[in-house]
Amino acid sequence: MKELIEASHAIAEAVKVVKPDVIAAYPITPQTHIVERLSDFVADGDLKTEYVNVESEFSALSACLGASATGVRSYTATASQGLSLMDEVLYIVSGMRLPICMTIVNRALSAPISIWNDHQDSMTARDAGWIQLYGETAQEGYDLTVMQFKMSEDHRVLLPSMMCIDGFTLSHVYEPVCTLTDEQVRDFLPAYKPLHAVLDPDDPLTQGPIGFPSHFMEFRRTQELAMRESLKVIEEVYNDFNKRFPMEIPDSRPEKYAHLEQYHIEDAEVILVAMGSVCGTIKDAIDEQRAKGVKVGLVKIITHRPFPFEALRASLKNAQKVAIIEKAISPGLGGPVFGEIASALYDKEDRPELRNFIVGLGGRDVRLNHVEKIIEMTKTGEGNKEEWMF
Amino acid sequence: MVEWDKITYKIGDVEVTMGAVLPSDGSAANTKTGGWKSMRPVTDHEKCTACGMCWTFCPEACIHPREEDGKFQADYDYCKGCGICPQVCPVKCIEMVPEEK
Repeated sequence: MKELIEASHAIAEAVKVVKPDVIAAYPITPQTHIVERLSDFVADGDLKTEYVNVESEFSALSACLGASATGVRSYTATASQGLSLMDEVLYIVSGMRLPICMTIVNRALSAPISIWNDHQDSMTARDAGWIQLYGETAQEGYDLTVMQFKMSEDHRVLLPSMMCIDGFTLSHVYEPVCTLTDEQVRDFLPAYKPLHAVLDPDDPLTQGPIGFPSHFMEFRRTQELAMRESLKVIEEVYNDFNKRFPMEIPDSRPEKYAHLEQYHIEDAEVILVAMGSVCGTIKDAIDEQRAKGVKVGLVKIITHRPFPFEALRASLKNAQKVAIIEKAISPGLGGPVFGEIASALYDKEDRPELRNFIVGLGGRDVRLNHVEKIIEMTKTGEGNKEEWMF
Repeated sequence: MVEWDKITYKIGDVEVTMGAVLPSDGSAANTKTGGWKSMRPVTDHEKCTACGMCWTFCPEACIHPREEDGKFQADYDYCKGCGICPQVCPVKCIEMVPEEK
């Protein structure tokens, strides 16, 4: 069904068709609309789930952890300081291999206090052992929410996942979204069957024990291998989704979901790399530049963890000049995604020139003229390796 | 029922399970952890009134009533020597004594 809907509400609709057994959440701007709408569904009897009102984000994820450890599907959502408050539990969830699914509505981290968008919150959580997906549009937010459960709960994966969308610039924007029926989702995403984490009074087991130095490293190795191998499963889920649910609303999502979306990169002399809603503005800028004969393209990162090394190298194989545009900063280092891409390309013999552009921190608008300037600077080599586009 | 063969991995010579789950309840009891303590609580059972305050407050749940008289005694195989029991004992019959061999 096609409807004009706020992106936050689209995600709530996706969670509704996925039917988690337990939802525990604490409202925080700009994520509030998601959990508010979910609590409406529960109050109206449209969604049967155990909705746990908690007193903090730490408790929200802890409640999901407890629920997931009994062997049921659980969901939460947060943003910014809320995600920071969950930090300790993030690592416990991934270490216990609990397939909890979470939406992050990206927002800057204080100080100074900012309720507006950038990617600092989820970037700081990139090493927490969670799958990370980034959506550009409301449709992608909807689709990736449905898909993330299938990825996380696959027995070859069993890792938690974060689906990230930009606060306000996407979360509070109304866009046309094609939603799925209960039957369609039931078929695509069967009920969660726990493999290792389950509460069975007749066959009790211990979860979350101490890991002595004799075992900890081997244990972490299995976690790392699972994350690496999940890349293949994630791709399978994209392909399955593409086959079942073709794009109905033009430009609402990639024609085919994949780790990376490629936009006019075949003959591109300058390739921009970015993630999230800013890709919409970038695509508009590319259309304008292409009309003037400038050969420029975009690689949009959808799967950020596990990092799609091979897909990225393939996408950038003919690139000469690449600009990484990102909404986060690792102070004293630069853009975190820049470092990841540089490391992916380092052992390529004909590696491209890389530029790093920091944009849109704390909700600063990223406009067409910013992107035009970035394309121009990358093409001519003007400016420093790292530039802040104020 | 967990199928252990499906969630057990061998990395080199070391076996680990998915999420570090262990195939039993009560595995904590199998690992004696009392060796960490530097002080042990010693109870004067003449003075003990069997009120159970130490049993209530013990964070390790390793204080148990004795079979013969219901008075309480810490199990040194698991006691960490935290010193809470002498603090809460209303008749002050527990003393922390340095762990010496």
